[in-house]
Amino acid sequence: MNLTTLVFILLSVMAIGSAIMMISSKSPVHSVLWLIVVFFAISGHYILLNAQFLAIVNIIVYAGAIMVLFLFVVMLMNLNAETEPVKNYRLQLVGVITGGALLLVLVSAVMKIDVEQLVEMKVGDQGLIKVLGMNLFKNYVVPFEISSVLFLSAMIGAVVIGKKDETANH
Amino acid sequence: MDIKAYIILSLALFTIGIVGVLVRRNAIIIFMCVELMLNAVNLLLVAFSKMHAMSTAAKASPYFASDAQVFVFFIMVVAAAEVSVGLAIIVMMYRNVHTVDVNFLNRLKN
Repeated sequence: MNLTTLVFILLSVMAIGSAIMMISSKSPVHSVLWLIVVFFAISGHYILLNAQFLAIVNIIVYAGAIMVLFLFVVMLMNLNAETEPVKNYRLQLVGVITGGALLLVLVSAVMKIDVEQLVEMKVGDQGLIKVLGMNLFKNYVVPFEISSVLFLSAMIGAVVIGKKDETANH
Repeated sequence: MDIKAYIILSLALFTIGIVGVLVRRNAIIIFMCVELMLNAVNLLLVAFSKMHAMSTAAKASPYFASDAQVFVFFIMVVAAAEVSVGLAIIVMMYRNVHTVDVNFLNRLKN
């Protein structure tokens, strides 16, 4: 077993274990922190695949911006393990069994394929910022500009939704 | 590394996200599970892009295999916009019903 396989297994165990801890921990703050660990493990996978730009963007955007926003909302509402709503035991069991059955079917379908298709690890310049930037601004300029309109509408939408309704009298 | 290892890892993360949506009642945790599913798909897209980089067609043009990583970039853009609007909706729901329990949102049932 070489070092690449070892790092892959380590990062995979870290990602899956942290994801399980995320959905099973009682306190919402702990869930947010475990999800940040999952994002760091996925960024490690990106580095292993030599997708350096996406690894950095994943840390900055997801772990840095989105999860801080989640943490801010959780602390704004003062949520903790006592205020956490719990589903009844039978519904939780049904959910876990349903997900496990889905995973079993999908994994067995994947394992039936007997084609060995290798993934390029640690080398290749597809994920470098030069190649990605040239591709983005040569072939994907129109989606890039449309995404700026999407951001503007999301910003206005968040402000309009989050604003206190002053006309209502209740 | 075989592509099957990445497929199985992504499937495991995606299924954990689905189980989280089914099991939890806190709206914020459900939203975080949706983010986890998006990230599983992102990881699979990057793995497929690097699998495609092994082919002879990708060796000819350097931009050929990087399309999937541009897609991942756009998924992150859309996810950031989605999170801002979704959290605004959750804050508004908390202001109206003073809880984040999704079971309180069953008023359309009666």
